[in-house]
Amino acid sequence: MAAKTLTIDGTQISAENHTSILQAAKEAGVKIPTLCHLEGVYDVGACRLCLVEVKGSNKLMPACTTRIYEGMEVTTDNERLQKYRRMTLELLFAERNHVCAVCVANGHCELQALAYELGMDHVRYDYCYPKWGVDASHRFMGMDHNRCILCQRCVRVCWHIEGAGTKNVSGRGSKSHIISDLNEPWGNSTTCTSCGKCLLACPTGALFHKGDTAGESLRDRSKLEFIVNAREKQQWTV
Amino acid sequence: MDRIKIATVWLGGCAGCHMSFLDLDEFLIDLAGRVDVVYSPIIDVKEYPEGVDLCLIEGAVCNEDNLELLHQIRARTKILVSFGDCAITCNVTSLRNLLGPKNTDQILQRAYVEAADTNPVKPGLEGIVPRLLPKVRPVHDVVPVEHFLPGCPPPAPRIKAFLTNLLDQTPALTGAQLKFG
Amino acid sequence: MTLNDLQETKAKELATRKKIVLRCCLAAGCISSDAKGVKEQLVKAVAEAGLQDEVEVRGVGCMKLCCEGPLVQADPSNALYIKVTPDNAPAIIAALKGGKVALQQADPNSPFFTKQEPIVLANCGLIDPERIESYIAADGYLALHDAIVEMEPKDVLDAMVKSGLRGRGGAGFPTGLKWGTVAKSPGARKYVICNADEGDPGAFMDRSVLESDPHAILEGMVIAGYAVGADQGYIYCRAEYPLAITRLQKAIHQAKRLGLLGAGIFESPINFNIDIRIGAGAFVCGEETALMASVEGKRGTPRPRPPFPAERGLFDCPTLINNVETFANVAPILRRGVEWFAGIGTEKSKGTKVFALAGKIQNTGLIEVPMGTPLRTIVEEMGGGAPDGGKIKAVQTGGPSGGCIPAQHLDTPVDYESLTQLGSIMGSGGMIVMDETTRMVDVARFFMEFCMDESCGKCIPCRAGTVQMHHLLVKLLAREANARDLAQLEELCDMVKNTSLCGLGQTSPNPVLSTLRFFREEYEELLQPDPHAVPQLAAKP
Ligand SMILES: Cc1cc2nc3c(=O)[nH]c(=O)nc-3n(C[C@H](O)[C@H](O)[C@H](O)COP(=O)(O)O)c2cc1C
Ligand code: SF4
Ligand code: SF4
Ligand code: SF4
Ligand code: SF4
Ligand code: FES
Repeated sequence: MAAKTLTIDGTQISAENHTSILQAAKEAGVKIPTLCHLEGVYDVGACRLCLVEVKGSNKLMPACTTRIYEGMEVTTDNERLQKYRRMTLELLFAERNHVCAVCVANGHCELQALAYELGMDHVRYDYCYPKWGVDASHRFMGMDHNRCILCQRCVRVCWHIEGAGTKNVSGRGSKSHIISDLNEPWGNSTTCTSCGKCLLACPTGALFHKGDTAGESLRDRSKLEFIVNAREKQQWTV
Repeated sequence: MDRIKIATVWLGGCAGCHMSFLDLDEFLIDLAGRVDVVYSPIIDVKEYPEGVDLCLIEGAVCNEDNLELLHQIRARTKILVSFGDCAITCNVTSLRNLLGPKNTDQILQRAYVEAADTNPVKPGLEGIVPRLLPKVRPVHDVVPVEHFLPGCPPPAPRIKAFLTNLLDQTPALTGAQLKFG
Repeated sequence: MTLNDLQETKAKELATRKKIVLRCCLAAGCISSDAKGVKEQLVKAVAEAGLQDEVEVRGVGCMKLCCEGPLVQADPSNALYIKVTPDNAPAIIAALKGGKVALQQADPNSPFFTKQEPIVLANCGLIDPERIESYIAADGYLALHDAIVEMEPKDVLDAMVKSGLRGRGGAGFPTGLKWGTVAKSPGARKYVICNADEGDPGAFMDRSVLESDPHAILEGMVIAGYAVGADQGYIYCRAEYPLAITRLQKAIHQAKRLGLLGAGIFESPINFNIDIRIGAGAFVCGEETALMASVEGKRGTPRPRPPFPAERGLFDCPTLINNVETFANVAPILRRGVEWFAGIGTEKSKGTKVFALAGKIQNTGLIEVPMGTPLRTIVEEMGGGAPDGGKIKAVQTGGPSGGCIPAQHLDTPVDYESLTQLGSIMGSGGMIVMDETTRMVDVARFFMEFCMDESCGKCIPCRAGTVQMHHLLVKLLAREANARDLAQLEELCDMVKNTSLCGLGQTSPNPVLSTLRFFREEYEELLQPDPHAVPQLAAKP
């Protein structure tokens, strides 16, 4: 059977077999908050914002990596989920140094946007103020670790869309950080093709075009989807 | 109903939030019809009064004066509003926290000695210039806060919406009405 | 190798055995206090006394009473010498002659030993782990022969289900069910992995088994491979266990030479290879999906399950992954019978469990007890209670994922369900005893720091949540926290537990939650008054 019926927030819908809860919900017009998910690359289930309740399971399931099944009953929004999502955002804001007022992504930032959407108007945790630098060694791109939320979107597009394999994660726990090649300054990377796809993918101000004003840093993410569609579905028009 | 007593204070911030408040233009006149401003950098009152209904707090808690005043405010005010990013997130004022526990010495040295054109000397006169706290803290980390109005600064229309909501007892801002930075 | 060859090897080994055997512990613990020197001097002393034909000096694996090492035990007299130094060698030899000696001894008939029920540790401290013949003489590889030659894979699966064996790596998942799922999962290639990453602080059960009886693990893995239809196995061992790795390498080499591993096992068409993969010391690589990523050569971070490894594991193939101790149970179950095994333990937890007993207790070391043994028997009778007449306050099981069981619950039987009910877990077998001097908030902070440092950093609740929880515990201990902070800590515990991606994050709040449950007053004592305790939320102008 190619299609499955399931219930999302009380409404019965049907979706193709093997789709994720996230995809099925989107098709049904239900928006689930996400941060690490990016159309066009595979999901890793890292940000935990898309967690939903599935009847019969005592664990919360990430909507982006969980496949639907016949008769599944999903709750995407309730007080408990909202609370967890807000806490997740607070943890992110406290973890690194987010100073929106002076950030290149101010106004075009998915983290910011989610905070507004979920009503996270202040952070109750102590800010960590870690010491992270900015890698400005690349000719026209920069990486500001202070703004990185470690969603790994850049890593995935760099490996799976561009195929360059420049970006990676190094270190563990709160010391995890995005590196280029074997922890070289980005500008010295011998694998980076300077394609700029990681910039398109980045949800925050961590990856930026040098010299852009905040107003110019709007990401055109349709480019990524276009490439993936062209490659996988042979669709060459947008 | 008695007229509502409003205060606005300026802790560690750039006064931009107050400028934005003044940008309310003619709404200020409407406001004046409903409230009494009992304490503010824009009026001449020395002592924070008792029995204040609503206080808009601009700026982070940066020095000993801020700390003392804030405790006083909390004790004498019904509703506190963290007004602007500096009050809520510490924003730019907290950049010195990145320098670690010795940051106060370092920034005073940089600002008053290294960057001085004339008379390079650290402000150190006890009891005259308030001492900096070792760490800049957001307002709600020091005292409980009822409402948050982010923005750097919060633009006048949002301040207006917020105050109108509050005065008319409708729910606080959400979604598109919020905005950091 | 045929059954005949196996029996001949055994007979030959037994026939050449000398009258007296001096067993010398050569596991990592004793080696670190010069057990190698002891063995050398014993060999020399035997030669000097001209007793070469009567006395064998045998290096063996862990003899369990680790706190008293180096240990030497004599067969058949059973005398157990403790804290032996190389200088003691002549005296030990003299004692064999019946001479009176002033050597420190432990009582081999004390409850520490007699209350044990060795299945997994049956060969530990008896056989020479570096000689396959020594293992064969203890009926090693007999079960493998029976499985491959006399049983169908499905009979082996049946036996595992009926035995009631559950995984010893922490979660206690029914082993037979897991094997069955792998066997049923479609796939041309399948893998068997032995999880020897043992990273819990204070745990050394798996290391002892690997160092003392490596062939038991190989045998269990080959049987598993046969049952699920895999022909390649990996042992993922942490690099901090060099001795275990060397002995495994030796064992693999010896088993291959005898046709017990590799191509055509027991002259059947069955092939099974085992390779060792060495972990680089990340605790999270013990988590099965992270472990498999690491074996594949990728960064060792967990991924969401499902799909479970049994369906899609290593290199996307169905993969069976079990703990060292789980595999060590396999051959004994087949050799001694399913009924025998199922007769040990409790209704839902069969067999035995190995614990590494440590902390504020007289006898620290390795114990193996039937499931259902009360904690009190373990800590008071076997462990001898707290040293210097102190009072036991709590027992920590399950390492950083577990919890503290207070003294008033010491009569709890150790089985999966009972420990879970008390907010702890069986875990892999670390058991740390705490006395009255231990502050529970310190304990919680210690484990939280461990989780914070070992978080892989992939998901936010664990990466950033452990940092905040640790920060709050530090604040509490510095007497700078108030009731709001404690409420925030509890809220974070709930959130991290329910939203983290893998077991590390999901269980990281457990030490806090369990100490809060039983020792809440110790947290509350540290609280400072909140100058503005009640926010006046309701009043609006
Ligand atoms: C953070 C973490 C660390 C783990 N470490 C180990 C380990 O060191 N050894 C182990 O056998 N299992 C460990 N596990 C459990 C494994 O994921 C897996 O459940 C186990 O190897 C399955 O074997 P079993 O069924 O025989 O218990 C760990 C799990 C987590 C979440
Ligand atoms: S990355 Fe987003 S949330 Fe962070 S400082 Fe920049 S705009 Fe603000
Ligand atoms: S610019 Fe392209 S190749 Fe270079 S790091 Fe970014 S995605 Fe990779
Ligand atoms: S640099 Fe951007 S895309 Fe990459 S992990 Fe950080 S936030 Fe995500
Ligand atoms: S829970 Fe912790 S260890 Fe597990 S995936 Fe998340 S960050 Fe990594
Ligand atoms: S979008 Fe699903 S976990 Fe991030």
